[in-house]
Amino acid sequence: MSAVATPGRTSSPQREGSGPSKARKSKAGWNLLGLLVFVTAGFPVYWMLNTAFKPAKDAIDPDPSLLPTGLTLDNFRRALDIADFWGPVGRSLIVSLAVVVIGVAVGLLAALAISRFAFRGRKIVIVGILAVQMVPLVAMIIPVFLLLNDLDQYDKLSGLIITYLTFILPFTVWTLRGFIVNIPRELEEAAMVDGCSRTGAFVRVVFPLLAPGMVATSVYGFIQAWNEYIYALMLMSQKNQTATVWLGNFTTKHGTEYAPMMAGSTMMAVPIVVLFLIVQRKMAAGLTAGAVKG
Amino acid sequence: MSAADTTTPAKVPPPRQAPPPAVPKAPRARRSPGGVALPWMLLAPCLLILALVLGYPLVRLVTLSFQKFGQSQLWGFQPAESVGFDNFSKVLGDGEFWAVVVRTFVFAAGSVIFTMVVGMLIALLLQRVSGWVKTLINIALVASWGMPIIVATTVFKWLFDSDYGIFNALLSKLPGVDMIGHNWFASGPQGLAVIMLLVVWGAVPFVVITLSAGLTQVPQELEEAARLDGAGSWGVFRYVTLPILKPIVVMLTTLSVIWDMGVFPQVFVMRGGHPEAEFQLLTTYSYDRAFVVNDYAQGSAIALLTVLLLLGVVAVYMRQMLKIGEVE
Repeated sequence: MSAVATPGRTSSPQREGSGPSKARKSKAGWNLLGLLVFVTAGFPVYWMLNTAFKPAKDAIDPDPSLLPTGLTLDNFRRALDIADFWGPVGRSLIVSLAVVVIGVAVGLLAALAISRFAFRGRKIVIVGILAVQMVPLVAMIIPVFLLLNDLDQYDKLSGLIITYLTFILPFTVWTLRGFIVNIPRELEEAAMVDGCSRTGAFVRVVFPLLAPGMVATSVYGFIQAWNEYIYALMLMSQKNQTATVWLGNFTTKHGTEYAPMMAGSTMMAVPIVVLFLIVQRKMAAGLTAGAVKG
Repeated sequence: MSAADTTTPAKVPPPRQAPPPAVPKAPRARRSPGGVALPWMLLAPCLLILALVLGYPLVRLVTLSFQKFGQSQLWGFQPAESVGFDNFSKVLGDGEFWAVVVRTFVFAAGSVIFTMVVGMLIALLLQRVSGWVKTLINIALVASWGMPIIVATTVFKWLFDSDYGIFNALLSKLPGVDMIGHNWFASGPQGLAVIMLLVVWGAVPFVVITLSAGLTQVPQELEEAARLDGAGSWGVFRYVTLPILKPIVVMLTTLSVIWDMGVFPQVFVMRGGHPEAEFQLLTTYSYDRAFVVNDYAQGSAIALLTVLLLLGVVAVYMRQMLKIGEVE
């Protein structure tokens, strides 16, 4: 984000009006407040990691220590013992990857259509794609459940993949469109003047410029599919559960074994948070591009 | 990404606006040899998938809510018969439904207001702190934003555990407070307050980061001028910053309303898969009717009512997004 890229841009001392010492003092006050925000916002994540790595008996200490009390991997071993972990993770991986591949391939075509062509009905398509993103997914559980039941896709990964496309596809189209409209059309035209075909211009000029945006969109879509819970819970039986449902069931069945539960949470969250850290800047910029000038 | 990137669309010469719908064939410089068919061919796979997985269920949701549809219809023992508005009159005549509606509204309104106010305060704070503090806050925000909802819910369950939760332990450190063993989920309002905190914690990062991006586009000169004219910090914020940020604020608020009205896994997992009556929100209530009571028709009717309740908010959001879309 620009906020990160231009540190201190808006906080030049002369804006405070009086001498530098007063400015420094007020800056220290803001920094203190900022640190408070940092600690509060980060605490749940810290506490998850802290509990996951501390000996299980320290986790149920009535007077818990805020600092790490030891470093052990026992909780992770216990979490892996309680229920099959890698099966659900494998299923989540298959579903998320399939959804992303289909979603980005199909979504890219649609995004090109609405960003690079003028045709009748374009506006209706754009409104439609925006609108379907607003349908609360929870409301759709019942008919989707019945649909998959009719198609004999209940409790099948393919059924879950189709279902996830409902929310991945509109999102992908909209985001990719945002990236495409930021690529100046003149570049394409220049290539075509120089003798490229339209497809050639796309492959040689637009595609390389679009690639980072596509990667970011894919990773973001992957995260969304990976994190989905309700449909995975509804549409898959216990033996075919995905990773999120694995963790959700962990909660219900072993509610008191918090330390292994936090170890399970850590295993679920860390790869996702890392992926998220990588793509977040690009996505946020894409989402809000041009918003202020509305 | 910086302000420079976000201004790119403005630099692009704007001949690419959609032709006004009334004009059948707007003369366009770049019409491909494929003609009108090509864009539709590109769109076809996307539209087909959406029609199957979204269009059909949406229609089915409507028809279902006008039918009698229970266990025996699900297994095909009995055909689903139309019952007119029976499901709706049953739902609307139920006092419990209205209690759930009120609870959902209070919960969503509280979450949205809390999210927007806290988000705005942190975004403004980010402008005033040193670079390293800003980096720290950003790391914490992005980490909490990226946490899968299920993981976040599990962690909050642990934080607020009655016997060993750190929250009760910390509260008890205060003089004269003994909260050890206090069960936050014994009562609906307290439990939902914890869930609201969880929702807000997860939602604030997106708001802060979007607002921060917006704040960098507020022209310094305007704030300067207002200050020279004697406006205080609040005046500058109220009459300069906020009006410029309005499109973003509207977009974020409507999105938050839509998201917070749809809160489901947080309540569901927090209550171990069986939310008690006083924890039911519209989403869990609809689920409960359908899959616990096995009355799919009534569940659909509730879901449809929820969608209708949201339509107004969605309309505002769409207008805002279309305005933005027209810039390009």
